[in-house]
Amino acid sequence: MPITNALTTEIKRISILDEHGQFDAELGKDLIPNDDLIRLYEEMTLCRKLDEVAFKLQRSGRMGTYPQNMGQEANSLGAAYVLNQDDWLVTCYRENCGLFHRGLPPEKILLHWMGDERGNNIDPALCVTPIAVPIGTQMLHATGLAWASKYRGEKRVACTFFGDGATSEGDFHEAMNFAANLDIPVVFFCQNNHWAISVPGRIQCSAPTVAQRAVAYGMDTIQCDGNDIFAVVYCMRKAVAMGREHGRPFFVEGVTYRLGDHTTADDARRYRDEEEVELWRQRDPLIRVRGYMKELGIWDDSKEAALAEKVEADTAGIVHRAENIDAPDSDDFFNAMYAEIPPDLDLQRRTRRTSSIGQDPSQIESTQATNA
Amino acid sequence: MASLTLVQAINLALVQEMEKDDRVLLLGEDVGLNGGVFRVTEGLQKRFGDHRVVDTPLAESGIIGTSIGLAMAGLRPVPEIQFDGFLGPAYDQICSHAARMRTRTRGGLTVPLTIRVPVGGGIHAPELHSDSPENIYIHQPGLKVVMPSSPYDAKGLLIACLRDPDPCIFFEPKRIYRAFREEVPEDEYVLPIGKARTVCEGEDLTIVSWGASVVQCMQAIEKSERSIELIDLRTLYPFDMEAVEASVRKTGRCVIVHEAPKTGGFGAEIATRIMERCFLHLEAPVQRVAGFDTIMPYYKLELEYLPDTERIGLAIDEISAY
Ligand SMILES: Cc1ncc(C[n+]2csc(CCOP(=O)(O)OP(=O)(O)O)c2C)c(N)n1
Ligand SMILES: [Mg+2]
Repeated sequence: MPITNALTTEIKRISILDEHGQFDAELGKDLIPNDDLIRLYEEMTLCRKLDEVAFKLQRSGRMGTYPQNMGQEANSLGAAYVLNQDDWLVTCYRENCGLFHRGLPPEKILLHWMGDERGNNIDPALCVTPIAVPIGTQMLHATGLAWASKYRGEKRVACTFFGDGATSEGDFHEAMNFAANLDIPVVFFCQNNHWAISVPGRIQCSAPTVAQRAVAYGMDTIQCDGNDIFAVVYCMRKAVAMGREHGRPFFVEGVTYRLGDHTTADDARRYRDEEEVELWRQRDPLIRVRGYMKELGIWDDSKEAALAEKVEADTAGIVHRAENIDAPDSDDFFNAMYAEIPPDLDLQRRTRRTSSIGQDPSQIESTQATNA
Repeated sequence: MASLTLVQAINLALVQEMEKDDRVLLLGEDVGLNGGVFRVTEGLQKRFGDHRVVDTPLAESGIIGTSIGLAMAGLRPVPEIQFDGFLGPAYDQICSHAARMRTRTRGGLTVPLTIRVPVGGGIHAPELHSDSPENIYIHQPGLKVVMPSSPYDAKGLLIACLRDPDPCIFFEPKRIYRAFREEVPEDEYVLPIGKARTVCEGEDLTIVSWGASVVQCMQAIEKSERSIELIDLRTLYPFDMEAVEASVRKTGRCVIVHEAPKTGGFGAEIATRIMERCFLHLEAPVQRVAGFDTIMPYYKLELEYLPDTERIGLAIDEISAY
């Protein structure tokens, strides 16, 4: 018998507006109307500014550990732009820009990192789950959420975000397998930013693309330049169509880069070269959109200056709202545990004690009475 | 003798044991080039090479599962789980395999590994970076569970774990990683697993605690006028009931302090043992000052959750008045 090919496959890579300002007019045709492009650029600029401000808040002791999103804005923003308002967004912590586009008040994100659960108390109409802290776990929830849409015969999809590191967790593989084999309309969006804290991508995935993992599950996939909002929008249109029209999952690998430290608790200089970072600074998603808009004649320096002023004021307002929220009621963490607080927990809440005498001082009085 | 922090003492124990025994290897997320997110393994990859200090894929089940294989093959893996809250994905490997291999094979295969885990709250960390899950692993037969509260103890106990023939979980209270220094001998020493430490002696009542709470207890004792004996259990399984018993027989009163939630916490086991063994010596019901039965709140409220000197002090006064 001759040896035959069991499988030949290829993975497309999409780049439309590259780092040199080259624009693919064919792929990019009618992809993002000019007015929308301006709005998306403004949103990325605000997100970038908030990142800067958050960093300073942490450094001056006004906020806890914060993960900057700098350099990755186009990924979640492009996705949120394509998704419908009632499609689920199931994110981790580098999707601020997409969440703000959806309508999440930015102060919610600050509150989360300021150690306040009210940052996760999100209007259900936004169809957004709170930031997932345990890496690689939320993709299963997205799969369940999309499964529920399928169950109800709705056309909603779920889009979940995760990093390159997250693709090493078992739950990631289980989510991919469920979605592919049970025909569930989830979009898996991997923000491959090349690092998982100090661990390089090669340790998470030694194949040339992360996207090809989808192939193993029988799922369609595409890779895009994640720093190119046009490419992200192009790929997300495909992904969402797959979900809505065919009820199938789709995998998008956004190739991007974490320009900042992992979080404010990290110092990336310990493990990566400045040259690499510098290379990616040139590939900044904001720079190329700005250049392109100028070329189109829809943007100029005075607009840029006006925008800078606006985001300055907007971020100041966001910080003000986050910092001037009332102190949390310390009953909250008891009351929020169950729909109805169990009696013993309620006793702990009322007395703020776990010791039995502390909870019921009459125990002492009664012994003193007997002893007397 | 050098004056070291908890972090430095653990680092020193690892260095010395790795030098002595080439079966010892470290693995985990960011433990290599970055030296761990708390810098506990700082400098070790440089010193011992990347085959002995290994940055792994981001997968806790993978880290523990492969460590089990390494251990069954005769090596001495020391996996790190980056934070208490991320033990979850490793639970199955720890409890369904590491803890059972010896008994399932009637000693044919054993799993001598030491899982290092930063534990507990009080450092303003994000969600799932402040939990106290020790009781889950104490409750799992087949594991040894250790939690030092000082640099000196950390070094001696870690070496004991690394040499132990059974799987150990070594919890490192992150709140006191750098909170104070202590003289730690350069020379090798081993502290036995299963032996408590009497931190200070007293006559009126006994406090039993472990981990970062020991420091809170010491502060509460300093503020109190009573003569209080403080026992740091140091190892939670096996645990030193003899030391607790002897102390409670003497004082007749006992307060147990731990960060983990009260209900079903390890304090319940200690209290029951005291009831069983010291019933006629007790002058008052044993009291527990513990975390509340809630999820550890985000950091704005974490100090409301953690047992502090005030709550410990109240319990001291109340039980004394009983
Ligand atoms: C289950 C789990 N293990 C470990 C961590 C600690 N941790 C937080 S972020 C991170 C790296 C994540 O890398 P990646 O998925 O690539 O996302 P990125 O931070 O690069 O966006 C690690 C190890 C965690 N949060 N959850
Ligand atoms: Mg990453």
